[in-house]
Amino acid sequence: MCGIAGVYNFNEDVVDRDLLRRMVVTAGYRGPDGTGLYADRRVGLAHVRLSIIDPAGGRQPMSNEDGSIWITFNGEIFNYVELRRELEGRGHTFATDTDTEVIIHMYEERGDECLRYFNGQWAFALWDRAGERLLLSRDRFGVRPLFYTLTSGRLIFGSEIKSILVHPAVEREIDLQALDQMFTFWVTLPPRTMLRGVKELPPAHCMTVEGGVVSLRRYWRLDYTGAQAGEAAGGEEVYAETLRDLLGDATRIRLRSDVPVGAYLSGGLDSAVVTAMIRSHAGTPVETFSVTFEEAEFDESAYQREASRFFGTEHHDIRCSGEDIARVFPDVVRHTEKPVLRTAPAPLYLLSGLVRERGYKVVLTGEGADEMFGGYDIFKEAKVRRFWARQPRSRLRPLLLRRLYPYMQNLKRQPLEYLRAFFHARQEDLSNPFFSHLPRWELTSRLKVFFSDAVRSETGSRDAYEEMRALLPPEYHAWDGLSQAGYLEAAYLLPGYILSSQGDRVSMAHSVEGRFPFLDHRVAEFSCSLPSDLKLKVLDEKYILKLCAGDMVPTTVKKRPKQPYRAPGGASFFEPRTGRARFEYIDELLSRKCIEEFGIFDPDAVERLVKKFRKGLAIGTKDDMALVGILSTQLFVYHFIET
Amino acid sequence: MDTIEQELRRFVIDNFLFGRNNGFADSDSFLESGIIDSTGVLELVAFLEERYRIDVVDEELIPENLDSIDNLVRFVKAKMGGE
Repeated sequence: MCGIAGVYNFNEDVVDRDLLRRMVVTAGYRGPDGTGLYADRRVGLAHVRLSIIDPAGGRQPMSNEDGSIWITFNGEIFNYVELRRELEGRGHTFATDTDTEVIIHMYEERGDECLRYFNGQWAFALWDRAGERLLLSRDRFGVRPLFYTLTSGRLIFGSEIKSILVHPAVEREIDLQALDQMFTFWVTLPPRTMLRGVKELPPAHCMTVEGGVVSLRRYWRLDYTGAQAGEAAGGEEVYAETLRDLLGDATRIRLRSDVPVGAYLSGGLDSAVVTAMIRSHAGTPVETFSVTFEEAEFDESAYQREASRFFGTEHHDIRCSGEDIARVFPDVVRHTEKPVLRTAPAPLYLLSGLVRERGYKVVLTGEGADEMFGGYDIFKEAKVRRFWARQPRSRLRPLLLRRLYPYMQNLKRQPLEYLRAFFHARQEDLSNPFFSHLPRWELTSRLKVFFSDAVRSETGSRDAYEEMRALLPPEYHAWDGLSQAGYLEAAYLLPGYILSSQGDRVSMAHSVEGRFPFLDHRVAEFSCSLPSDLKLKVLDEKYILKLCAGDMVPTTVKKRPKQPYRAPGGASFFEPRTGRARFEYIDELLSRKCIEEFGIFDPDAVERLVKKFRKGLAIGTKDDMALVGILSTQLFVYHFIET
Repeated sequence: MDTIEQELRRFVIDNFLFGRNNGFADSDSFLESGIIDSTGVLELVAFLEERYRIDVVDEELIPENLDSIDNLVRFVKAKMGGE
């Protein structure tokens, strides 16, 4: 895993090699094992390397035999072994043992269509000198990041926004529509980023620059049309067996590495399944890692220890307190390059630090399973709400909602009438394409009360849902409720938050590469073809995955209630007894002076919110998201605009 | 000396709108406008119990009692009047 950066001159010119180097090295934590550059009068490519496959041979940027094709690549093509065999059969010769070289030869063989053959996670720029075309691409799910900007006759690109900002031609101005999206959907909608003029290449897309023309094209999409057909002959056992085979193979190819591979073991089903699969392939004991919390509400260490015992892994964990979160939070935002509404990235940042300390560069984790197999509470919630909306007068139906959240004490006391309005369980809501996500998005949108007048005047009149609606594929409207909800999570929250702020950014911050068997495109395509009630069977989540896991995982892990990964929230930033901010930056960035200066939020409103936290009076998700959202936005402005 | 209406209005604006008074009417539903949601209701009830020294039982946690300034005032006065 690595970092890339580069530039394309629409008018041929000298490429500033020193600038190119500075661009890529500013994200040097992505590749501490080496740096490389390539430049001609049209294109400059830069690379920082995290050596995982063929450490001796795999220097980048890399070219084919005659230097007519050059590539700078961040990622892994896990099926490179199989592709190479096929290419050698067609007469291609290889100088290295890398997957990088396989990309080059696949491009020679199939042009842009090569992307369909890759099973992996990537962001790369390929310069076809002979054909005079540049190809930028990103993997299907957006595991690896890629940003770009078009300015002053150049295309400038990089793995991280900070690399692009090194270039003097790039302006730093906040994109208020993106901020509005953040405070609605928890993510920005690609190609938008938090900065105007800086764009994100969307997942499953490629971009070509040819004859001065820039073209963007989608090469893959999640499609749940197959799931509408109903259960096939053979039934659930057949599906479970197919899934086991697919996951087994997805894991097998993700173990390909010349350095040791570890795993995250969170105590939940998904990472347990991954660890079970690793064990079935690996000869040596696996080292596993997790984060633990002082507060029982968030801690899963008992389940983690049990899973570790069951699999015979050597387990390491790192304890994370509210103070730890507050301490690393500024650094975390420097890596996420966008505001966050949860502190959850911070413990994961600490976790990758532990992994690095133990000498590991690669970990396999369970990301993707909840999206693909109906694991999240939001899916169950949507099902209960639909059930309730069909009989709105029912007193019994809404009681199901309380069963959904055994860990949320507050919910038990909340009156039914309020739950009904909050959960949008009205008949007219049933036809809304965003039915499943309405409660979350409506709740989050309430945070806009903190926007300054200036921001509100610019964002207030727009309907944030309009842009989201325009992005939906036409087939979406024919899918069942769970498929629609799964799509929203997999296409937006997964790349925009889970894989970036909670994934790539905080692991690469410590030069650790994550790999995700559940995001193998064969597993994903299979899951898209599954009837929804094999995923959420009544209210039993990930039913088919549990069936497939069988006795490969501890029974307690299979049977335990879903506990989503959460971390201590806004209260982390203030000492509980004194109400004092734990660190100076908190007081500074939340001060009236700074709030006024940055102009994003209303100083009075923020002051009242902070007072609530200092007095220990802030309860509930909304206040928590508000504090974390405001503080991280202030940090974002501090890191990327003001300095 | 503030009336109950004025006190309640100020509490709602301070705590749920963080000072951003968008001019809601005494009869406006908090639920419909999204000013107070289900967790907010608990904060509101805690305030009522402390400020007006009344006890609010679960059965009384209904919009008729809590969902607008008008409803709140009526509810609080009835509880304070003693029944």
